[in-house]
Amino acid sequence: MANPANKNSKQVETTGHVWDDDLREYSNPLPSWWLWTFYATIVFSVVYWILYPAWPIGKSFTRGIATVTVEENGQMVEKPWNSRTQLIEEMQSSPSAVKQREYIEKVGKASYEEILANPDMMAFARSMAKGYFGDYCAACHGSGGQGNLPYFPNLADDDWLWGGKVDHLQASINNGRKGNMPAFPVQGEAMDDLATYVLSLSGEQVDAAAAERGKKGYAMCMGCHGAEGKGNPMLGAANLTDKAWSVINIPAAGSLEEKKRLIGGVVNKGIQREMPAFASRLKPEEIKMLTVYVHELGGGQ
Amino acid sequence: MKHESIEINAGLLIILTLVVVSIGGLVEIVPLFHIKDTVEEVKGVRPYTPLEQRGRDLYIREGCYACHSQMIRPFRDEMLRYGHYSLAAESKYDHPFQWASKRTGPDIARLGGKYSDEWHTQHLIRPQNVVPESIMPPYPWLLKNELAYGDIENRMKALKMTGVPYSLSEDEYQANVAEHGKEMADKLHIPNARATLEAEANGRNLDGDKSRITEMDAMVAYLQALGTMVDFKQYEQGYFANFR
Ligand code: HEC
Ligand code: HEC
Ligand code: HEC
Repeated sequence: MANPANKNSKQVETTGHVWDDDLREYSNPLPSWWLWTFYATIVFSVVYWILYPAWPIGKSFTRGIATVTVEENGQMVEKPWNSRTQLIEEMQSSPSAVKQREYIEKVGKASYEEILANPDMMAFARSMAKGYFGDYCAACHGSGGQGNLPYFPNLADDDWLWGGKVDHLQASINNGRKGNMPAFPVQGEAMDDLATYVLSLSGEQVDAAAAERGKKGYAMCMGCHGAEGKGNPMLGAANLTDKAWSVINIPAAGSLEEKKRLIGGVVNKGIQREMPAFASRLKPEEIKMLTVYVHELGGGQ
Repeated sequence: MKHESIEINAGLLIILTLVVVSIGGLVEIVPLFHIKDTVEEVKGVRPYTPLEQRGRDLYIREGCYACHSQMIRPFRDEMLRYGHYSLAAESKYDHPFQWASKRTGPDIARLGGKYSDEWHTQHLIRPQNVVPESIMPPYPWLLKNELAYGDIENRMKALKMTGVPYSLSEDEYQANVAEHGKEMADKLHIPNARATLEAEANGRNLDGDKSRITEMDAMVAYLQALGTMVDFKQYEQGYFANFR
């Protein structure tokens, strides 16, 4: 058998180990760039240990000597570096945070009238609130505030259950809302007449005699929806006289029968809807910007 | 020993390799069992109620963790979008924890209270019902399946063995009363587990159907508890930094 080492014209030393009679391993030195990189990583890790949190000792660990300067109770203090102090510093003093905070403080101090009248603050509030709306509201109210009946009302029209002034909107967002209508066991002809009457309130073309008969049944609805069906924003009771529906989707219903069936559905089953409260999740300034945003979405009242 | 004798002896090579690799592993892992300084001292973190705990089991069964993380990292953009970053203390009773690493959907570490029970039910039946552009798969069987909870005591006992403070004895119960108040301590008492679970499911009517206790009830109860236990208004930002 030929000696494999002889096949190679360059005489490189082998490690001297021989496997399976003729397998040998060259003993090339490591490339110097590789070797120096390796030494550099060792030096790097030692520097890292000294600067940053690294070695465990008993129940604790070395915290490192690197520091971050943060503001605490109005004073600048040096804290050991870690991802959390670094975050505090970034929230306090990164250029984008500083710029944003300046505006947020301005909006926080201003009254709603001032914000609504100031195009600069409006532009800022709009761009910020669009993000909040996407994160916190769009899953229910839709990305454009168009709603999703029968579960979630449209915010992009100027029809409000709980009132459309900024104070009402702010209260809706801060404290949430519980829309609550009890169920009424009205059946058969009486239900048909009642539904006809309710539809007549918003100007639907219906049988006038049936609507007249249904008016009697409407007595039990008046406490909330009002004698004329104009609703009651204190209770979140819907206005039944306008063409904007916030629970059942009357405009999308094809036939009069279908519309009556929808009305019968809410009367027989009642309505329970809940808008969560955001006061503990969002900051007052964030709620303020959202209020302005929703106010504008709905056309402004 | 000559290097050559290791190289030509496969058995020895394997054993010595394992020894070297496990030194690296031990140095990294063992201290984690001893370091207490990284778990924040915060009030409010409690074990899940029996209903929430069953919901958590379902969360794992359905593999929700494949698309959702429960770990808000300490970065500014994450704080702005999801809320306060997650604390180690918040998952100290999670076995196994559900931090996960992939976000096909959003992080849900602070989900509790963000939406209504009804929203969750509609969303899980068919996500596109409420979020038309959603690519999340539907889980309609959660509403159809009755919740199996016959073994809830044993599940809680198993968790107790890993250090979750569910109570069996009077002393343990009293400790929970002191820590979480009587109402919650009753829910964390293993002998009460079934009655507690039924009362919670029926009392909240999570899935809109009062006649049955479904898997949906448990899942929604769990989702509504996520990230709600610590009241962050009670703490200064700098406080949590002391634990890193
Ligand atoms: C879990 C679903 C859900 C989320 C999330 C949600 N809402 Fe609502 N919202 C509702 C429901 C349901 C109602 C209707 C309440 C009722 O029936 O009276 C409502 C009502 C409202 C109203 C009152 C509407 C009216 O006609 O008076 C406003 C304003 C509003 N939401 C704004 C918001 C804003 C802003 C956000 C985001 C911060 C938001 N909502 C997030 C479900 C939700
Ligand atoms: C206790 C107060 C109360 C009574 C009584 C009541 N409603 Fe309502 N109704 C409400 C509230 C509140 C809403 C809005 C629910 C929501 O937003 O979640 C509503 C909504 C409706 C709607 C849906 C409106 C829309 O915009 O989609 C119809 C239709 C309706 N009611 C009809 C009736 C009829 C008919 C009666 C009498 C049989 C009646 N209501 C009695 C409180 C009441
Ligand atoms: C294939 C990936 C995928 C899986 C698996 C998945 N989700 Fe989702 N999830 C998403 C996506 C994408 C969204 C964002 C769109 C939406 O809201 O539907 C989402 C949104 C959500 C939200 C709303 C979060 C928020 O803050 O708006 C919840 C809650 C949720 N998922 C729960 C679950 C639960 C519970 C499971 C398991 C039963 C699950 N998801 C499984 C992809 C997934």
